[in-house]
Amino acid sequence: MSDTTEAVQQQIAQLLGEAEAALHAADNAATVEDLRVRYLGKKGVLTERLKQLGNLPPELRPQVGKWVNEAKDALQTQISARKRELDTAARERTFQQETFDVTLPGRGSHTGGLHPVTRTLERLEDLFAHLGFETADGPEIEDDYHNFEALNIPANHPARAMHDTFYFNDGTLLRTHTSPVQIRYLETHKPPLRIIAPGRVYRRDSDITHTPMFHQIEGLLVDETTSFADLKGILHLFLVQFFEKKLKLRFRPSFFPFTEPSAEVDISCVICDAKGCRVCKQTGWLEVLGCGMVHPEVFRCVGIDSERYSGYAFGLGVERLAMLRYGVNDLRLFYENDLRFLRQF
Amino acid sequence: MKLSEQWLREWVSPKLDTDGLAERLTMAGLEVSGKLPVAANFDRVVVGDIVAVEPHPAAERLRRCQVRIAKSKTIALVSGAPNVATGVKVAVALPGANLPGGSKIEITEIRGETSEGMLCSAADLGWEDESTGILVLDKAAKVGASLATQCALPDSVLEIDLTPNRGDCLSIAGIAREVAAITGARLRSSKIRDVPARSRRSLPVRLGAPNDCPHYAGRVLEGINPRAITPLWMKLRLHRSGVRSIHPVVDVTNYVMLELGQPMHAFDLNKLQGSIRVRHALHGEQLILLGGTEVALEAGTLLIADEARPLALAGIMGGADSAVGADTVDLFLESAYFNPNVIAQRARKMGLQTESSQRFERGVDPTLQRRALQRATALLCDVVGGRPGPVMEQTARRHVKRPKPIRLRASRVTRILGTSIARSAAETTFKRLGMRIRRTAQDWNVVPPSHRFDVTREIDLIEELARVHGYDKIPEHVAPLPPPRDFYSETRVSKSRMRQLLVDRGYQEIISYSFVDPAHQGLLDPESSPIKLSNPISAEMGVMRSNLWPGLVQAIGYNLNRQQNRMRFFEIGRRFRAKGGSLGQDKMLAGAACGPAFASQWGIAPRPVDFYDVKGDIEALMALTGRALELRFRQTRHPALHPGQSATINLGSEPIGWIGALHPEARSRLDIGVPLYVFEIQLTAISTSIRANFSEISKFPSIRRDLAVIVSETTAAQQVLDRITEVAGNLLVNLELFDEYRGEGIDSGRKSLALGLTLQDSSRTLKEVEAERVVSEVLAVLQSELGAELRR
Repeated sequence: MSDTTEAVQQQIAQLLGEAEAALHAADNAATVEDLRVRYLGKKGVLTERLKQLGNLPPELRPQVGKWVNEAKDALQTQISARKRELDTAARERTFQQETFDVTLPGRGSHTGGLHPVTRTLERLEDLFAHLGFETADGPEIEDDYHNFEALNIPANHPARAMHDTFYFNDGTLLRTHTSPVQIRYLETHKPPLRIIAPGRVYRRDSDITHTPMFHQIEGLLVDETTSFADLKGILHLFLVQFFEKKLKLRFRPSFFPFTEPSAEVDISCVICDAKGCRVCKQTGWLEVLGCGMVHPEVFRCVGIDSERYSGYAFGLGVERLAMLRYGVNDLRLFYENDLRFLRQF
Repeated sequence: MKLSEQWLREWVSPKLDTDGLAERLTMAGLEVSGKLPVAANFDRVVVGDIVAVEPHPAAERLRRCQVRIAKSKTIALVSGAPNVATGVKVAVALPGANLPGGSKIEITEIRGETSEGMLCSAADLGWEDESTGILVLDKAAKVGASLATQCALPDSVLEIDLTPNRGDCLSIAGIAREVAAITGARLRSSKIRDVPARSRRSLPVRLGAPNDCPHYAGRVLEGINPRAITPLWMKLRLHRSGVRSIHPVVDVTNYVMLELGQPMHAFDLNKLQGSIRVRHALHGEQLILLGGTEVALEAGTLLIADEARPLALAGIMGGADSAVGADTVDLFLESAYFNPNVIAQRARKMGLQTESSQRFERGVDPTLQRRALQRATALLCDVVGGRPGPVMEQTARRHVKRPKPIRLRASRVTRILGTSIARSAAETTFKRLGMRIRRTAQDWNVVPPSHRFDVTREIDLIEELARVHGYDKIPEHVAPLPPPRDFYSETRVSKSRMRQLLVDRGYQEIISYSFVDPAHQGLLDPESSPIKLSNPISAEMGVMRSNLWPGLVQAIGYNLNRQQNRMRFFEIGRRFRAKGGSLGQDKMLAGAACGPAFASQWGIAPRPVDFYDVKGDIEALMALTGRALELRFRQTRHPALHPGQSATINLGSEPIGWIGALHPEARSRLDIGVPLYVFEIQLTAISTSIRANFSEISKFPSIRRDLAVIVSETTAAQQVLDRITEVAGNLLVNLELFDEYRGEGIDSGRKSLALGLTLQDSSRTLKEVEAERVVSEVLAVLQSELGAELRR
């Protein structure tokens, strides 16, 4: 009897061994399924063994039945594992085929850019907006009254010689500064007020350091207690913000017909930190703007009582600030519109 | 203005070095823009005495000179100068000297003769542009002394940029007054002695235009030495002030002008007839100016004339006929005051800006004329000799402006400056500035000196106080923010937002000149006539742009020539148009596009940019306003655009701009080799948006129906879309035109449009049959009105 059981046990082990070997060799899901049917299917080899248990002596049946079932379970586990293995490999192959070269350039990434003068203007407008200044605007073809007369620059005033003016046949002109916007604004608004007026201005001058068109920002504040001390305060605040560094300021007495007292403002050189360089001509100072207290004659022209109100005004050259900020060394580059220049900003 | 520091220090010498002095002047509003040490390289140039002159054995034009340069040292020199002569004191550059003109002196051999140095001309020393002979030094010059000590060295030339209000500083005396006021140093104003008359000769003066010339002083000087030369010290001072030495008489009048600020003129007395008349020119009069230019005088021009003819343009320039020359022996000197406006106007009109006109138009002290005349007489007597006549002076008192007292309130000083200035400090400042002050209870009465034309108001006095006190002593104060004046608008579309959108879509902003080439403007906007500048900088910048395309097209051309091929440019700025009698200066947003639609990339099929790329950019721009649905493009011809590829851009029924391909002819004339699309929109049309207004989201499913209709090629897609929108009504929530096809399967002259309609009801589920009904209604209308047929 023991011979018989041993023989049966060996046969089962052999069957299992054959199945395992075949499973190992199977390299696709279909072959694995065939193997499962061959061994574990309704008519599979191991299933048939169970069916033949009846041919064994009754005392052997439980033992052999147990062996066959154990073999079936073991094989089933291995088939499932093999199937998963093959599935994973197949998916991996698909992924391989679907793999991108992530280093190829992206699509439609090309953006343009702002002109450096506009960049600077927008920054200035933002800065002054935070200081409570609204933006005002005025015409570029101006009349003599707003560009000169109302600003206390009568005909034949020597200050006119500083403004090389473009004229039209009807006596109108291209504004030589943004200051006429002061007049236009004061004609239509009552104090207190604080505005800036950015824009194009024109002077008949063209060489290495002059272009016949350039940009200014005019500032104007009128209120009941405004003083030169307020002017100094706001300009210091603004310049430090603009250059994002601590600066020394120097207010030098100067002359503009529409302000009095007038000043030109120098800042400690932002290029060399006032050590002396080519840009500041070794002086450590850079002239950045002109300013002063609104002249009583200007108030008279626009019908504002200069006893009750006082105000300050300032004007700055945008190109100058842009050159200092971005290290541009030739003013004329701004108006050549060379893409290789413009793309740098 | 240039001046010699040493000359200035004769008048006032504060305990400051050159840099310190320059700094103080600058911080008082007299900006020192240059400080130049005068010829520091005068090392090894000494005074020599020519002891012998003999001909050069080998060259006819050259001579051998023995020059004594020390008590017992004589050297041999070769010179070609015509004025070498025994007994003349000269400047000798010794070997090793480096002259300002750049020459280095060595021992040389000239045609076989050794030359141990060089005899210098004024040009060699950098004092003149050109010299005709060697410089002859004063007889008193000490042999062997360094030239530097003979030439008032060391010295520096200060260059001061004066503001136009400070005409009173256009002289040594003026700057000296200022230095004294700001430093407190003592002013040593040179005593001007009256030179008594030694001759009776005189010339009557008549003021025929008392408003323009209220004061005139004149004097005769007879019997001068026509061979006199200008002394070296005077030449040097003139030179350091940037004035050329011309003739001893002219040099003296210039010297007095530089010293005191009074421009003067000297006439050759023997060329004058009768009397001096200050009068206005009559129509048709002529005058030959110094330098030889003949001018036809405009009637009313202020003249100095005699009884026969005009002599000089008053205050601006003398005439050639009456000028002093090499043979002049008798002089008539003029020292007058002219109305600044009259001189300014005339000088500008005639384009004659002279040292004289520059001073008169800024204002000369009206009390200075007599003193200046005395000073000039004294100097002339020293330099050229002669016998002065009596001073003749004519004054129209009514027309001479006198300084008026000005009331100054201490409270006003504090109010304007934001800080108070001690009364005693203020008074000291005013006194130093030459002002007479009288204290009242709270205030002052201040009378400015006659040379301070610019001080007429209280604010002028406040400025003077602040300036001399020092702007740096005024504190900084930051006023609190005021409440906003207006509501903070949500519907304003900022320029910044528009720019950002275009930048993000690939556009580069440019800024171009507002004046353009009339030829370009004519090609790009042939139907407007641009506004011409009367004085353009060049013909290519002769007219104001009537649209923004010239600048954009020029930028495209410029970059095409520099190997750029893909460009998207935009600009925001004004265009200028004459509208009937008035002027339009509208702000526009314009753009231009050329080259490939996309920068070349591995994953995009290359194609050139087209009309619809640019149209899409405009639609995106319009989306900022929330009014994209009102945007309409109407095919319209524009003379600068391709007739089949141009449209007006409309918002509702209002035209707001143009878009199109540049006309091939304009392109070839402008040398643009590739198709170029341009657009221009009125900025105001897109500057306001519509504030969002919530509507309920439908909870019910939508139904989509696609249909393709065949219409005539000439039927605009917009017509089809508009009819569908109208007919389908409220149920239509979205409409897409997703294909346009012509060609096989479609009759020629017709095209197929594929449309996707999304239908939805907001209050219930839409039934299939309802959707079908809408679609058939749409089709029926398209068939009957536009001759459309359904594509099967």
